[in-house]
Amino acid sequence: MKQMTLIALVIGAVVAVILLGNTLYTVPETQQVIITQFGRPIGEPITKAGLHFKTPFIQEVNSIEKRILAWDGRPNEMPTKDKTYIVVDTFARWRISDANQYFLRLRDERSAQSRLDDILGSETRNAIAKHELIEVIRTTKDREPAADSTLSNTPGNIGVLYPINKGRAKIEEEIFTQAAVKLQDFGIELLDVRFKRINYNQSVRQRIYERMISERQQIAERFRSQGAGEAAKIKGKKERDLQEIESKAYRTVLEVRGKADAEATEIYSNAFNRTPETVEFYDFVKTLETYEQLFDDDTTMILSTDSDIFRYLKAVEPETP
Amino acid sequence: MKGPPNLDNFNVTPKMVVGVILLFAAIFAAFSTFYTVQAESQGVVLRFGKYSKTVDPGLRFKLPFGIDKVYVVPVRRQLKQEFGFGTSGASNRSQFSPSSSEQAEERSMVTGDLNAASVEWIIQYRVQDPQLFLFKVRQPELTLRNISESVMRTVVGDRTVDEVITIGREEIESDALVMMQELVNKYELGLSIDQVQLKDVNPPRPVRPSFNEVNQAQQERESMINVANGEYNKVIPRAKGEAEQKIQAADGYAFKRVNEAYGDVSRFNAVFEQYIKAPEVTKRRLYLETMKNVIPQMGKKVILDEEAQQILPFLQLEAKKGGTR
Repeated sequence: MKQMTLIALVIGAVVAVILLGNTLYTVPETQQVIITQFGRPIGEPITKAGLHFKTPFIQEVNSIEKRILAWDGRPNEMPTKDKTYIVVDTFARWRISDANQYFLRLRDERSAQSRLDDILGSETRNAIAKHELIEVIRTTKDREPAADSTLSNTPGNIGVLYPINKGRAKIEEEIFTQAAVKLQDFGIELLDVRFKRINYNQSVRQRIYERMISERQQIAERFRSQGAGEAAKIKGKKERDLQEIESKAYRTVLEVRGKADAEATEIYSNAFNRTPETVEFYDFVKTLETYEQLFDDDTTMILSTDSDIFRYLKAVEPETP
Repeated sequence: MKGPPNLDNFNVTPKMVVGVILLFAAIFAAFSTFYTVQAESQGVVLRFGKYSKTVDPGLRFKLPFGIDKVYVVPVRRQLKQEFGFGTSGASNRSQFSPSSSEQAEERSMVTGDLNAASVEWIIQYRVQDPQLFLFKVRQPELTLRNISESVMRTVVGDRTVDEVITIGREEIESDALVMMQELVNKYELGLSIDQVQLKDVNPPRPVRPSFNEVNQAQQERESMINVANGEYNKVIPRAKGEAEQKIQAADGYAFKRVNEAYGDVSRFNAVFEQYIKAPEVTKRRLYLETMKNVIPQMGKKVILDEEAQQILPFLQLEAKKGGTR
């Protein structure tokens, strides 16, 4: 009898545990729960985290994400409006906003991701095809690039940002608005769409590199020619300055000397030209001075005895001086 | 226990079964009630899946049997993500992309002048709000990576290749930091971005030599200008000095010329003054004095009588100097 009650007790306890386990359930912070009865959702989804109750056995718990989820698209090759082939990689944030709708239309996340692939993929393609490449690269319309002072005044498009009408952010927004409406039907709230990567495809990349190389070579050539030009300029200035300095000096020298000569001449003539006597005396003195320098020991002088210096040579009293 | 087990007497009573179960349960409960929160971390405690509290470092208790669940989040640790490259040995799984082809994709960007650039950078961040970090967004670290790449391309896309590579680096870092933090807040990731740092920023590999060529050409230009300037500096100051020298010499000549003139004139005047007092005698004296100086200088002197002029043709006028005397 005692054995019987014990067995009944154990069975009762097991049943109670199973029953309780099937009635009680927890909702974590990261999840929301839809209660289904024979596969049909019952009531509003439970979003509040904690311990909850349900009817055992006939009701089932379906956990659905409550957090913000990621959609990371595959890189896709597509042409822009200007027929440049680029590889675009987009990502998006989304959330299950209407769990019932989501549960009915998609059931699980895999099919949700594939819907996102379809919708966001095609909207991205549309948006890219409608715009030129630069529109998805740049964002700020009126940004003035800082110029590298060494590259200033370079001809061509170096250091220039191509103008845009819309810009990256606006195009992302266009994709977002188009896709958000379509995703609403699935109980999905799209939070935003962004371009993660935009790149030239392999063949375009090669052309871009070639262009960049030629651009740089042109800058290099310009530097070299600038150098040669500057050097020539300096050389020219050197010639010019040299001529200027030398000719100025020549001119000054002759001016100074000329002035001095003129002054000396004036001084001499003022003194010597005063009276007929000074003229005569000057003539006399100067002639004598000249004699002193006129002769050397190569000179042979033939003097007549009637010259002044020898007038006393033959007689103390010459007849005529 | 009482001595060696007597199997015949050993009766499994229900009391014993319950006792053993309770014992194991108690041991298990004791082990699962204690947990440690490390100094750099905070613990987030959930009760029946619902957030109940955040606890600070130390030894803590919780309810066993999965009633309480604890997530430990290292809030004080600075975390790092690398883009375009990877430093191996990282403990953080989201620190860099595992494949090198993926890293190459991360690096390559298009600039606002439609050039290509290769940009490597890192971000440093911390968990600021563990509750948001755990419960708001699934895969918050992946989301952060995506945000970081998107923002960096947005910022680089607004700049010329020269800005990206050389002059605009700091601006890119600070702009990217601001934009990333904005998005992180918008997405409620519970993270704070401390730093965005650009690492290697280069033109794409095939283009690199031509960028170097520009630098070289720039150097060449400078050196050509320097050489020419050197040439100029070698010649001009010297020419200036020489010109100055000539002018000074001319000035000297002028002084000399004028002073000498004055001197000559003074002498002349002084002599003249005396001369005018007795012109005949002075003249004669001066004449004789001069002759006295002059005649001895001459090599050969021939004195002829005034009446004997016919002798002249016989004289050997070609006599060499020093021959007589």
